[in-house]
Amino acid sequence: MKSVGQSIRKIDGMAIATGKPVYTEDLAASNALVIKILRSPHAYAMITSIDITKAESLEGVECILTYRDVPNQRFTLAGQSYPEPSPYDRLILDQILRYVGDEVAIIAAVDEKTALLAMKRIKVEYEVLEPVLDFEQAIGHSSVVHPEEDLSVNFDIGLDKDQNITSAYHEEVGDVEAEFKRCAVVVEDVYYPQAQAHTMMETYRAFSYLDHVGRLIVVSSTQVPFHIKRQLARALQIPASKIRVIKPRIGGGFGGKQTGAVDVFTAIVTLKTGKPSIIIYDRKETFTCTTSRHAMKLKVKLGADQDGMIRAIDMQVLSDTGAYGEHAPTVLSCVGHYTLPLYNKTRAVRFDGQAVYTNKMPAGAFRGYGATQGTFALEATVNKLAEQLKMDPTELRLKNISKVGETFLTGQGVMLGSSSLDRCIARGKELIGWEGKFPRREVGPNKVRAVGMAITMQGSGIANIGTASIEIRLNDDGYFTLLTGATDMGTGCDTILSQMAADILEIPMEKIIVNAGDTDTSPYDPGSYASSTTYVAGTAVVKAAEELKQKILEQGAKLLGVSLEDVEFDGLGVRTDSGDKKISLVKLAELTVLGDGKLQLVGYATHGSEVSPPPYVAGFAEVEVDRETGKVDLIEYVAVVDCGTVINPNLARIQAEGGIAQGIGMALYEQVRYDEIGKMATNSFMQYKIPTRKDVGKVQIAFEESFEPTGPFGAKSIGEVVANTPPPAISHAIYNAVGVRENRLPITPEKVFLGLQKQ
Amino acid sequence: MQIELTINDKMVKWDVANDEFLADTLRSHGLLSVKKACDTSCCGLCTVWIDGKSMLSCSVLALRAHGKKITTIEGLPKEAEEFAQILSAEGAEQCGFCSPGFIMNVIAMKNELVNPSEEEIIHYLTGNLCRCTGYMGQLRAIKTYLGVA
Amino acid sequence: MFTILNLVQPDNLEEAYQILADKRNNTILGGCAFLKMGKKRINKGVDLANLKLSYIHEKDGFIEVGAMTSLRELETHPLLKEHYNGVLPQSVRHIIGVQFRNCVTVGASVYSKYGFSDLITALLSLDTEVELFKAGRMPLGDFLARPKERDILVRLWIKKTLRQATYLSFRNSASDYAVLNVAVSKLDNKWTIAVGARPSKAAIAVSASAMLSQQDPTLEKIEEVAQRASEELSFGTNTRGTATYRKALCKALVKRGIMEVLSCKSN
Repeated sequence: MKSVGQSIRKIDGMAIATGKPVYTEDLAASNALVIKILRSPHAYAMITSIDITKAESLEGVECILTYRDVPNQRFTLAGQSYPEPSPYDRLILDQILRYVGDEVAIIAAVDEKTALLAMKRIKVEYEVLEPVLDFEQAIGHSSVVHPEEDLSVNFDIGLDKDQNITSAYHEEVGDVEAEFKRCAVVVEDVYYPQAQAHTMMETYRAFSYLDHVGRLIVVSSTQVPFHIKRQLARALQIPASKIRVIKPRIGGGFGGKQTGAVDVFTAIVTLKTGKPSIIIYDRKETFTCTTSRHAMKLKVKLGADQDGMIRAIDMQVLSDTGAYGEHAPTVLSCVGHYTLPLYNKTRAVRFDGQAVYTNKMPAGAFRGYGATQGTFALEATVNKLAEQLKMDPTELRLKNISKVGETFLTGQGVMLGSSSLDRCIARGKELIGWEGKFPRREVGPNKVRAVGMAITMQGSGIANIGTASIEIRLNDDGYFTLLTGATDMGTGCDTILSQMAADILEIPMEKIIVNAGDTDTSPYDPGSYASSTTYVAGTAVVKAAEELKQKILEQGAKLLGVSLEDVEFDGLGVRTDSGDKKISLVKLAELTVLGDGKLQLVGYATHGSEVSPPPYVAGFAEVEVDRETGKVDLIEYVAVVDCGTVINPNLARIQAEGGIAQGIGMALYEQVRYDEIGKMATNSFMQYKIPTRKDVGKVQIAFEESFEPTGPFGAKSIGEVVANTPPPAISHAIYNAVGVRENRLPITPEKVFLGLQKQ
Repeated sequence: MQIELTINDKMVKWDVANDEFLADTLRSHGLLSVKKACDTSCCGLCTVWIDGKSMLSCSVLALRAHGKKITTIEGLPKEAEEFAQILSAEGAEQCGFCSPGFIMNVIAMKNELVNPSEEEIIHYLTGNLCRCTGYMGQLRAIKTYLGVA
Repeated sequence: MFTILNLVQPDNLEEAYQILADKRNNTILGGCAFLKMGKKRINKGVDLANLKLSYIHEKDGFIEVGAMTSLRELETHPLLKEHYNGVLPQSVRHIIGVQFRNCVTVGASVYSKYGFSDLITALLSLDTEVELFKAGRMPLGDFLARPKERDILVRLWIKKTLRQATYLSFRNSASDYAVLNVAVSKLDNKWTIAVGARPSKAAIAVSASAMLSQQDPTLEKIEEVAQRASEELSFGTNTRGTATYRKALCKALVKRGIMEVLSCKSN
């Protein structure tokens, strides 16, 4: 009756696939006030006057709020554990507007048409200021994006706001300059991974209402209900105990919903009016007024011995965090944290980075979270090194990757607990047909095919910070309730956590009811980000289930009148070893909850890990390039994944395929683009092209299981690591095909064409 | 204006505004499987059948539904469940937001194409975007559903 | 968001035209996909749904296509698959998706003269006439050259011949607008090379087309013709590509188009 390792269907699968009304908008009261936001047309401006009288007098308008009507306490919208590493640089509405789309006024009316009509009647005058649009010009720019004195931080993140520096991070071990001098081969290059939009299919939305004791209830399409609760408390200046956040089914997040984009607007309207209110961002607002991946400039320098041992790595990073700094420091540090440990034969490493404010839509969390950008830059440089050394790129990896039991320079002595990366590389080579295809082969008068590869790592939860609690309760009817704050955004963690509990308790999964994502009833969980749920919440599930199993045994022994050593539990009930006495689980439950037992059995555990064991992916791309036009056709992509034990093969495979598709989008098709005045040009699916099913080619996923001793059933994580390999693998393949090295993403056909012209 | 139409085999009379689009009309009448996700007729999530043909309900004026037969996934419980079972067995429904529109188009495809090749399947469904799955799991489910290799 | 104060469904074209001519902000409603994205305040929206303009049939040596025919119908109709090497279905099959093409009409696609139009380029390579209610019947090229006017596009007339044609488009991703598109056709020894999405609307490369009058052009000749086409037409820069790139694409696609037509078997 094993559940772990089985491709069990998601417990909510049928309901959501057949369109049952279980998403945020479906659950809102039909008379909820509709909220619309008036937004700044300028990238950087100050409101000099704002007149809402004509708008307010319109029939059906319930309230209009401006910067004068909101609390003066700055906060962050970042979904991160408290104390957040994020600057408290936001107000609900600010007199200063810092990007095109920044909120100017909140309008709540009886319906959408009225709210939009009212919006037209609001008169605003702006003092337009010179915006900082180029992140390479941000430091020391004459315009300071955050001139306010009340911007604060919880601890030093390297903020120097007068220089437009949001955060700085520096790490070094050894002397890279001295090592470079000693190296036989040194290569370097500069890379520009672009800002990418999440484009989750369900846009941002939330609704709120006041309950029967006057508490604020917010139902939100969010990845981080507990963080939202805390943010709202600070932003609204009310006790967190007065707020309840509920997460229903949500239509994707990918990190976008790890920042609280809309919740504060519905919350403040409901508080001010006493009425239920709902806010739904349309697709344009989702593109232009939420967050994107951090665009970056990375300079990577590698030095190696003649035999290919990489001895020194130097990374310099400039990260564009846009108008607000939510995830700036953490994404920045993850660029190094989730790349440098890949190669541990180094004698010196150095990481130096800065995140800067600009007057554009803020950047935020996006699957990969810095590792994506860092992987592109590092792996492209390693591939360049392989070419210089005249060594097969896969051989170069195998020589240099960290192995189990080893440490790495910036790891503070932590030993690698599990890895099958070497097997991932070998298997990937086989599946793509590397030997016969590397580097290239002509396939027609103007067409050439080639292969490229890259490796990547990520983390599993945040060491020492990520904490999750789980409660499992035995109900009177013999069913179990698993309570968790983990937030399933379609990924299937509700299902995975049940699988784990079912295995420990030796019961069929159908006997578990999952109750999740409600800050009133769920035990604390940070939410779904940092690839934590399987690893951190999963371990808490294992612990809680084991505790409950033990209690069931103890109660069973007591009810049977025998000692604990003489009984065993088999999922159906407790029986003596000889079998002469037994009590069914159902009966035991009934007696303990309702009857003489007087002891509702509960298993409870909190888990946080001191380590964040890396999952790995080896990615291989085969492309066909048309020399005349520069068109790149993706023929096949192979990704071999080490996520430790695979808890649910189908769900893991879909995660991998989905992540690869997003990586393919980043490599070839997607770009968040702004015009000369800072207005976002890519504000719809017409202009921002995510891959369609014709664009992804054939994607093949394989797993090479390792066993992570600190993980539940040996599992690590998979959510983010799968997004990182396509940009470097595909750019490598293109280079191998036609000798064009394109370091600015996306690699469009015109860029390849121009590269070919230059030859 | 009032329109008369058949919705999921039931004849109804609805009051609609001149510039109202069918997707909003359907949702306001409780057919919440119809999702709006893009505002620019690009994504396919709002797919319903009008007289048996897959169309984007977000781009059809409600008035044009007058006299027509509209089908949403709520009106195809057996067929929808049949394919949804296969899709969910693959794990390929993921967040589920694109699923109802996708399933409507898959069933339409099954009704229209005979023994489609993989290329034909992919071509027919190109107008259904998905951000979660990378499309491979959906293709596996369709092949199982159609009984093709 | 756009608004429509009144919606009318006239029973005949005269009535439809009268309403259109009556006020500046009275508009013919096509598929509404683009109207939806705009902010037009329409006084009277004229729906042509009752005018039985959704058809494709043969008449008097022409293939007649009604203005309310959907792009999907155009894509799947046997008459159009069998003629001109199926160039018309070829031209529309990459537009967004099946559902979208079920919603968009031929009339709106041609009347709007959009630069990015795939269909116009393909039609231009054939012997296509448009029939407007007021201005009457005229070659497609003439219609494209006319200034904007208020009229109703009623139907297309495509001459039924053994013309062989092919359509190619270059897109940065599968469902994007084309960076450039090309349609090449040949009847007896007369060739027509049409290039669209330049990004401006489709035009015929007259001089290049005339250069190609022989039975079996050499590869060298084909390249020369493609070069000429890329030189005689003008190209512009937008977010999808630069003028220089479009020029290079023109050369490549025209060359490929000619070779594809040459490899067609005559009916």
